[in-house]
Amino acid sequence: MSIFVNADTRVLVQGITGREGQFHTRQCLAYGTRVVAGVTPGKGGQKMDEVPVFDTVRQAMAATGANCSLIFVPPPFAADAILESAEAGISVIVAITEGIPVMDMLKVKNFIQNKMLRLIGPNCPGIITPGACKIGIMPAAIHKPGGPIGVVSRSGTLTYEVVHQLTGQGIGQTTCIGIGGDPVNGTNFIDCLKAFEEDPDTRGIVMVGEIGGSAEEEAAAWIAANGSKPVVGFIAGLTAPPGRRMGHAGAIVSGGSGTAEGKIAAMRQSGIAVCEDLGTLGEMCKRVFGKS
Amino acid sequence: MKIHEYQAKELFGRYDVPIPAGRAAFSVDEAVAAADALGGYPVVVKAQIHAGGRGKGGGVKLARSAGDVTTVAGQILGMTLVTHQTGPEGRLVKKVLVEQGLDIAKELYLSLLPDRGSAKYLIMASEAGGMDIEKVAAETPEKIVKVWVDPLIGLQSFHVREVGFGLNLPPAAMKPFTKLLTNLFRLFVELDCSLVEINPLVLTADDRVLALDAKINFDDNALYRHKDILAYRDLDEEDPLEVEASAHHLNYIKLDGNVGNMVNGAGLAMATMDIIKRAGASPANFLDVGGGASAEMVENGFRIILSDPNVKGILINIFGGILRCDVLAQGVVEAAKKTRVSVPVVVRMEGTNVEEGRRILAESGLDLTGAVDLKDAAAKVASIVK
Repeated sequence: MSIFVNADTRVLVQGITGREGQFHTRQCLAYGTRVVAGVTPGKGGQKMDEVPVFDTVRQAMAATGANCSLIFVPPPFAADAILESAEAGISVIVAITEGIPVMDMLKVKNFIQNKMLRLIGPNCPGIITPGACKIGIMPAAIHKPGGPIGVVSRSGTLTYEVVHQLTGQGIGQTTCIGIGGDPVNGTNFIDCLKAFEEDPDTRGIVMVGEIGGSAEEEAAAWIAANGSKPVVGFIAGLTAPPGRRMGHAGAIVSGGSGTAEGKIAAMRQSGIAVCEDLGTLGEMCKRVFGKS
Repeated sequence: MKIHEYQAKELFGRYDVPIPAGRAAFSVDEAVAAADALGGYPVVVKAQIHAGGRGKGGGVKLARSAGDVTTVAGQILGMTLVTHQTGPEGRLVKKVLVEQGLDIAKELYLSLLPDRGSAKYLIMASEAGGMDIEKVAAETPEKIVKVWVDPLIGLQSFHVREVGFGLNLPPAAMKPFTKLLTNLFRLFVELDCSLVEINPLVLTADDRVLALDAKINFDDNALYRHKDILAYRDLDEEDPLEVEASAHHLNYIKLDGNVGNMVNGAGLAMATMDIIKRAGASPANFLDVGGGASAEMVENGFRIILSDPNVKGILINIFGGILRCDVLAQGVVEAAKKTRVSVPVVVRMEGTNVEEGRRILAESGLDLTGAVDLKDAAAKVASIVK
């Protein structure tokens, strides 16, 4: 089992003919993901390797039955690409693009709020159900199929580090999902925690957060009230200076809120096993999940 | 991106948001001329730096005559202004804003920002103006009016009424306030601001409403569609190494520790800084070379890290995955040779061909140490700086 995506998910890639789009489409295909279509306006009728390219998402869906879109469109056009998929009826939208203006995302977020769809990202590595499908840019080889651990994170390479350590300890993953480093994103921690809670194959969760905002505190409160599965947490940014944006648009301590200390304290209070030394996270998972 | 108060007021003027008459000056003579042009005293001389708390630091002074202007402008221009936002090193003041003094009846607070939690626009206002708003929020939260605006409908009249009545404005001030907030909101959205703050917004004895102060921050991700705003960037207000890094599209923030570090990805970069601290050393910087980490990026990264004299050792942490470690190692070796790296470097990398990568580092003849994992890297870095 897995959350949000599985081996039957039919993926279309928006921005498939760009450099990133081509490279990662091939990587996804090599992993066995069913990439059924690409969309690049003006390039309809062409092919990217064996994948047919369409001018619009509606055309691609009608011809191929795609139900998930993976977006590599550059920032100035990315919000439009998300909205196009949302209006066309795509059910899972994975937006990799980094650098979308906040004002654009505010509109997107409010527009999709009452629609039956899930947006993952933007500014994220995507989502992978090891052994079934990879919809994103993460390196496939570090993952171990078969579960029993779900991983949710605001970061990219930091998630790879965490997954790599899990796999190194012989712990497999059900689904690993990057929710993105932007201040306004689609799917949040709680959405993923709920889904992992309901997934019978997921027996424990690793949650990776960072400074900025209050998503980790809210997730911790949700876990305290609803969570039955063990959770290991990690927060990046203990040494980040306040008032500075640490690479990710959303990673900023402002006015004393959004600090790593505050998040770690809230998570501990909710019974989450917080790891403060990233080098030993895998070992800690072995201890915590070994008992469950 | 941040801009100066006088630049923010220029934009206010363009959007018909009332401001006191005033002009920026870069010398004492210009300040006197600016005061003369205002046609009456008193005037206020305000230091222009990218930090708040200027008044308390002695950067804002009243002048009742041309002689006064000469004196206070002379004091402020060239001073190193220290406020709670500048850090102990302070900022050199290179320009002032000379403004007409006003007959103030009441000081208010007004700000607009995108609210990440609710994904709405947020208008915050308070009758407790002229004070540190974070302090007001902590001590007397009931004095803050918050109105959320759905981005899909934009600002409506009722939003403005909620703010205006929340501020207990006198009836005569309601109309000018409505116009001010409507125009300010248009500026906020059209220019992709991450913050517009007026503290204080003043109510004059004759029921006018004006922005006595002005602060605007812009969303860096949206600057591509505001080329005119880019012209407001003041490199004097930024760290020179950060300016150089940004020219190479590197995400670098200077810190005051002794271990330089270069990492791909922002989250892993923060975590790497934290690891350095845990190992008993202290990070000299944040540097994200991006997911790909090309040889050119690594070379520029080395150069910038080494420009910081505090750096006693460097930790490179690249989690490539798809990236080939032999290519990366080759790049690191070449960059280290080109930039004449003079301090020990610990390289932790992960990805395809990692064994080959480590061999290249070991055989390079340079002071490059390979680390097998993060734990190992942290221990090696700590032993270097001890």
